[in-house]
Amino acid sequence: MSPQPQGTSTDLALVTGLKAGDQGAMAELYDRYSSVVYAVALRVLGDTGAAEDVLQEVFLQLWRKPAAFDAARGSLRSWLAVITRNRAIDSLRKRRPETDIEDVVLSVAPDLAGDAERARVAERVRGVMGTMAPAQRSALEMAYWEGMSHSEIADKTGEPLGTVKTRIRGGLMALRKAFQG
Amino acid sequence: MNGHEQYADDLALYALDALRGEARARVDEHLSTCAACRLELEQLRGDTALLALAAAGPRPPQRGRQRLLDAVAREARVPAVVRTSARSLWWGWLLGAAGMALIACVVLVLRENLALRQSVISARSEASKNARELEELRRIAAPIIDPEAQRVTLVSSKAVPQPQGKAFYLRNRSSLVFLANNMPALPPHKAYELWLIPVSGAPMPAGMFKPDAQGSASMVHPVLPAAVEAKAFAITMEDETGAATPTMPIFMMGAGE
Repeated sequence: MSPQPQGTSTDLALVTGLKAGDQGAMAELYDRYSSVVYAVALRVLGDTGAAEDVLQEVFLQLWRKPAAFDAARGSLRSWLAVITRNRAIDSLRKRRPETDIEDVVLSVAPDLAGDAERARVAERVRGVMGTMAPAQRSALEMAYWEGMSHSEIADKTGEPLGTVKTRIRGGLMALRKAFQG
Repeated sequence: MNGHEQYADDLALYALDALRGEARARVDEHLSTCAACRLELEQLRGDTALLALAAAGPRPPQRGRQRLLDAVAREARVPAVVRTSARSLWWGWLLGAAGMALIACVVLVLRENLALRQSVISARSEASKNARELEELRRIAAPIIDPEAQRVTLVSSKAVPQPQGKAFYLRNRSSLVFLANNMPALPPHKAYELWLIPVSGAPMPAGMFKPDAQGSASMVHPVLPAAVEAKAFAITMEDETGAATPTMPIFMMGAGE
């Protein structure tokens, strides 16, 4: 894991601190990543109060289960972003959490240390999304930001299930390719 | 994908949590035996992280930080860790030198000193443990003893023996203690599910339980959404895996006292 430019401790050191009950480490991680978490929650929910609730819930989950984050597999920033999106979708659809945070394992290729790198990644993602066919971009966004199932998307768009599936995977592959190349 | 192309599209949906029903179950089964597809799923989740990181927006309100730290303090597990610093390193050297001097001077005194230190460490450890246990008890008891806690009695419309449920809910801590007795035995593969019915919006799952042989059950602090105002609580019978929405009929229900 890369050193973080916003503080003196690495993410790994701070997560180790959480495991030992270090509340100061929690404060430092909040200062480092609350903007990311809040932005993702607000993007899904569109409501500041609900987004604040998810923000609290995500960091409390990290406090309660710091071992759920596997530092060997990727950045804490990315992991928190994925956890937050999942929790926000659960909240949006008023359902119980479907996936325990300990089961969310991801591999991330890009080095995402720091806000500057995050901004660069965000710009590149928007660029890739901009090159997708509108129907593909729309299917991917409905699945990701609205939490719609493939059958719900097929019902809404009137397209075959297989087409929806292929478009969504194709969209994710396009993103992957852009960051591997 | 190593020859597992037939799962490729479904894995992408799985990573987005957009796969439901039998298709999801098929992927779950395959993942349990296929390391290559588990790895692909991790990579797909990494791809979805890119989407999340593209989200931009305002910074969270400042009040959120204190709210979180207050909640963390209430759930403190152990005393805060002292991180290594130049100051602590100095003290370490000083203590080391003092120890060496003691060794050189009086071995007996060192032994006594070590014994005393161990006693102090042991006493501190015990005090720390007691403090944690006290905090845990306070946390658990808060919904029962706090005057602001909602007190809800749930009763059956059926005759004797009367099933009864007591929910103690503290909204500002999202804390819930639930006690039940005289609950009828459940059919196989079924469980009772408690529902928090908010002032507005759909019922929210508030925990599953199965009564013991005497019909009694309890739940402490099931996972709840933050700070939801409860209009009532209800109980339904569901499959033991739980349900996202209540299955009619409602078995028990009660509003605040």
